[in-house]
Amino acid sequence: MSDTKNVAIMNQVPDAAAGVRAESPLHHADLGTVAQKGLKSGGVHFREMGLLGHLTLRCDPKNADLIAAAAGVLGVELPLKPLTSVESGSTIVRWISPDEWLITVPNDQSFDLESRFRAEMSGHYSLVNGSGGMTLFKLSGDRVVDMLKKATPVDLHDSEFPVGKVVSTVFAKSGAIIRRTGATEFELVVRRSFADYLWLWIQSASQEFGLVVEA
Amino acid sequence: MTQKNRLQTGGRINRSKPLSFVYNGKQFKGFEGDTLASAMLANGIDVIGRSFKYSRPRGIVAAGAEEPNAVMQLGATEATQVPNVRATQQELFEGLVSGATNGWPSVDNDLMGIVGKVGGKMMPPGFYYKTFMYPQSMWETYEKFIRKAAGLGSSPLENDPDSYEKINQHCDVLVVGAGPAGLAAALTAGRAGARVILADEQSEFGGSLLGTRETLNGEEAARWVADVTAELAGMKDVMLLPRSTVNGYHDHNFLTIHQRNTDHIADKAPAGQARQTLHRVRAKWVVLATGAHERPLVYGNNDVPGCMIASAVSTYINRYGVVPGNELVVMTTNDGAYQTAFDWQDAGRKVVAIVDTRQNPQGAQVAEASKRGIQLIKGSGIIDVAGSKRVTGVSIAALSADGSAVNGSVTKLSADTVATSGGWSPVIHLAGHTGSRPVWDEKVAGFLPGPTVEKRLIAGAIAGDFTTAGALAQGAEAGRKACAELGMDQPIIELPTTQERVEHPAMTLFHIPHVKKTSEAPKQFVDYQNDVTAAGIELACREGFESIEHVKRYTALGFGTDQGKLGNIAGMAIAAKATGRTIPETGTTIFRPNYTPVTFGALVGRDRGELFDPKRYTAMHKWHVENGALFEDVGQWKRPWYFPKAGETMQQSLDRECKATRESVGILDASTLGKIDIQGKDAREFLGRVYTNAWAKLAVGKCRYGLMCGEDGMVFDDGVTSCLGENHFIMTTTSGGAARVYEWLELYHQTEWPELEVYFNTVTDHWSTMTISGPNSRKLLEELTDADVSNENFGYMDWREMKVAGVPARVFRISFTGELSFEINVQANFGLHVWEKLFEKGAKYNLTPYGTETMHILRAEKGFIIAGQDTDGSVHPYDLGMGWAVSQQKPFSFIGKRGMAREDCVRDNRKQLVGLKTTDPSVVLPEGAQGVFDPKAPIPMPMVGHITSSYWSANLGHSIAMGLVKGGLDRMGEKVYYPLADGRVVEAEICSPIFLDPKGERQNV
Amino acid sequence: MLHIYCPHCCEYREEEEFHVKGQAHLARPLDPDACSDKEWGEYLYFRKNPRGLHHELWVHAAGCRKFFNVTRDTVSYEIKEVYLVGEKPSVVAHSGSAK
Repeated sequence: MSDTKNVAIMNQVPDAAAGVRAESPLHHADLGTVAQKGLKSGGVHFREMGLLGHLTLRCDPKNADLIAAAAGVLGVELPLKPLTSVESGSTIVRWISPDEWLITVPNDQSFDLESRFRAEMSGHYSLVNGSGGMTLFKLSGDRVVDMLKKATPVDLHDSEFPVGKVVSTVFAKSGAIIRRTGATEFELVVRRSFADYLWLWIQSASQEFGLVVEA
Repeated sequence: MTQKNRLQTGGRINRSKPLSFVYNGKQFKGFEGDTLASAMLANGIDVIGRSFKYSRPRGIVAAGAEEPNAVMQLGATEATQVPNVRATQQELFEGLVSGATNGWPSVDNDLMGIVGKVGGKMMPPGFYYKTFMYPQSMWETYEKFIRKAAGLGSSPLENDPDSYEKINQHCDVLVVGAGPAGLAAALTAGRAGARVILADEQSEFGGSLLGTRETLNGEEAARWVADVTAELAGMKDVMLLPRSTVNGYHDHNFLTIHQRNTDHIADKAPAGQARQTLHRVRAKWVVLATGAHERPLVYGNNDVPGCMIASAVSTYINRYGVVPGNELVVMTTNDGAYQTAFDWQDAGRKVVAIVDTRQNPQGAQVAEASKRGIQLIKGSGIIDVAGSKRVTGVSIAALSADGSAVNGSVTKLSADTVATSGGWSPVIHLAGHTGSRPVWDEKVAGFLPGPTVEKRLIAGAIAGDFTTAGALAQGAEAGRKACAELGMDQPIIELPTTQERVEHPAMTLFHIPHVKKTSEAPKQFVDYQNDVTAAGIELACREGFESIEHVKRYTALGFGTDQGKLGNIAGMAIAAKATGRTIPETGTTIFRPNYTPVTFGALVGRDRGELFDPKRYTAMHKWHVENGALFEDVGQWKRPWYFPKAGETMQQSLDRECKATRESVGILDASTLGKIDIQGKDAREFLGRVYTNAWAKLAVGKCRYGLMCGEDGMVFDDGVTSCLGENHFIMTTTSGGAARVYEWLELYHQTEWPELEVYFNTVTDHWSTMTISGPNSRKLLEELTDADVSNENFGYMDWREMKVAGVPARVFRISFTGELSFEINVQANFGLHVWEKLFEKGAKYNLTPYGTETMHILRAEKGFIIAGQDTDGSVHPYDLGMGWAVSQQKPFSFIGKRGMAREDCVRDNRKQLVGLKTTDPSVVLPEGAQGVFDPKAPIPMPMVGHITSSYWSANLGHSIAMGLVKGGLDRMGEKVYYPLADGRVVEAEICSPIFLDPKGERQNV
Repeated sequence: MLHIYCPHCCEYREEEEFHVKGQAHLARPLDPDACSDKEWGEYLYFRKNPRGLHHELWVHAAGCRKFFNVTRDTVSYEIKEVYLVGEKPSVVAHSGSAK
């Protein structure tokens, strides 16, 4: 049963033919040039994964039909255990709250995903495209934990923060959704308007370890 | 200068690394491993400052954090000035520059000293209150003089060149203090695999072992310390923090550690290094192994340089190879201080006598003294010392058995150093930070940590066991206990053998009586830093201050940067005696963070300068910068304020922006507006409950303005909400109110109406929002879209989906200027692209960017309110003349409905929002100006409301204002007067706030 | 600084992630229009300020954004329990001890 008459969805990504320039939240920082001119080795590595599709799904985790329908659309089970995530191919699903998940896909797949949700999942849920409002920072390196400890009060010790764990927390004077993707690899989803502040902050906090910018 | 007090051998200093330093402009030499204090003593510097109140010469008393006198000003340059550094904790480095904090005009020749010397009566406790509070008008004059004379140190006048770190830590066990107890605790927990942080304020671990010649396992104690430290350093989850003072113990085992990374290396941190780090630690368990401070005895003129704590004298000899004098007299209530005499003698200098307050001391130490030929004077005390800038002699008298009175004749001996011990005070400061009350222990003759709700253990001297064997055993036990609580293994570590001696009972005595009454005796200092004397405390008690907290505040006992580490117990004992109570009955004051002073830099970390607060930017920010915008802070957002052209004044820019918008087309970056996506079948019902107006019939494709009130009926936010689908809305909020509104919606949904099927999502950052406004805005839009945007197909308060400049967009025909307007929303990744395309096509319409100031003027011309500017939490919709936005017919009693029906909300003569037109059209009233109805009324005139918005309107050719006026809606045409600070009284007429296009025709075309 | 167990995230987090919203269990009157000014005033403005156990509403603002209840001792700052909105506290003050 289609849900599209009740909810307005729109393919927000222009056709390639339209020649529209897309700018990620750190576009102005010209990370390409920074990467070229900057350090080639160091304790912290930084990369902005801009222009991804970020969709927020909210529904009742106790509603088995909804959970099954969502899994059918996504191809992976929604993580129901607090602070966990699943990753499959280019799809990442993060637990944000008992009734909220953040789904990341390539941006050109977000409308397709939205459409399939609306076509295949009925009942009370919300699905919101927030792709323009977020960006993803990949942070890695031997000293990445030492740098992150300056920014977040969450315990990042591997016994408390295993690979796959995801937390929404304070980051410096802003916030971030932090997920561990490897022993020394993390990804941060941050809000667009705070991206520049966080980028400046991470540069400053990484200085003592040597910051390698990748692009 | 030679280091006349330096021993040829011994100590933990490196004689092959000489260092030079400056004190009060003169150059001196010390060695690597010295503290500033030990180097000063090595050089025979006796006077290191002047006292706070009496300006008496003062010398070094202690060897650690408890030092009250040697509080120095450090820094080789203006920018690196640091006040309040204890010389006993500051490691010496090459080129260190120090100066005395107190002393004006100089330490050795101090004008204020006269005040102190002229008489004890001149500055009694309460002196400031009694003397300087009257006449009050003179206080500022007195204060300058007193503050300068007292010398509280000076802060740098230039920016700090150093950087500082703040870092969050988590651990299973935080061990505070790396003496024998702390090391044993950390080793036990570390071997169990616990995550351990071991912090110690000193440069090296070892604690009490560093200042003695005690052995462990028959070898020098340093070897055991080094072995344990090395093992701990090799453990993956153990963090060792030397030079790190645990300064605050906060709720739920949150502790702050102030680590000094480079203060021992140079005046300014080496490039790339943070000078200090503030660790914010959350610990599952805390082991306090903070040790004890030796208490000096209180006797006459006990502040003359040369009067020291016995254990500190031993520390200077054993750790630093410095004998701080030539002829020593020891005064003690216990066996411990005998060792100081032995250390002194072994260093080759003369021990004049040991004065023991006990009538009949016995045991090994007494025998050793006798064997060494040291004169032992039993049952006596030093009642006062002679000398001004250095002790020259002591007066000794026999005491009664309880030590309360002198009962013998006075003998004078020559000496230049007096080392005293009145027993030991456990360092309980941290233990009390979370509110735990210390408990007096008769056996220890000191306060011990009281019961606590924190997961905290204590070990060693803090627990009242002053032996090394006891500290080791208690430390290991505390480590095991913590591990057991954490569900971990509880390893038993092998403890080193110690060389304990049998100690004979100590005497509980704090204050040595004098032949004269305390009030007439030479000053007997209790708190050196604040110049609190025994006589002062007795006087305070006589004047009726009985609570120890009141005595503290009246006398300033324990108020210095040393927080009374040395003097508090003696002070309480004297107060207890003066009020005829026991010490437990008298109680103790509460210690609070921080244990020792912390620099502002460490507290601030990197949250300064550019990083002081987040700056939020829209996707078009770069364009604004490149096009000369000046910015205004709206919350954390940086919004274009206005776009000046070369040579323009601000008013000229605003006039140009306003006119261009009303005459052709202007553009505003409105991306900062809060946006909340609302989905669910009950979304509409929910909107009806949180907005004051009706939402039941808003059709898909339509937009509506709404007012949001609190339960008290007062407006707190407003905005346009649009119906995107039957079950789908997008709400806009004010830029600054977005987070608050979102939380408000969630609050009501989660706690009051969870049965409503609705979800909220913040999408503020997702959409770039650009508003084109003005008669040519449709023409401009048509150039960038194929959609039919005619008035017939796309009416006022409609929204449509269309492509703009090739980008899928939602366009809302809403207006905050009163002009024909289109608010274009695209995914923010494409925002700048669309913005630039608008300018490409907009040149022929003179498309003019405008900022928040022009926005404010244009909306004020139309009488549109700004929540938070024209409202202040005390106005409801009817006060705003916006009763049209309140639907009393809705079935559900919406938030604010009951509130705005309260008696006070429906009375006459409330302050109401009206337009105000100045009689002189050129005068722009200042916002905030208070109005009166009768400018000739006597002062204070009855005030009737203030100006909330006021501008020059270039479009209208006169000033416009909005303001709250009592009963204003019924006073149209009446005059209000605004007496200004500059003496002018501005007359204005109450009018409708809609100054332009009252029928709203311009936005409807 | 408090260490607060979020019953939704199921772990302890630092106080800086949370906002306190004041006294818990303040039910909005079902029929506000039927309330007298006094009754509405009580609902709007009058709050407990106990020495001892206090039931408070908190929100995990920087985390899951869920509201929940905390029973906290206002003297020792101990958190005795956290529980979900709609649930009743199991740790309550003995009658007479709250002043």
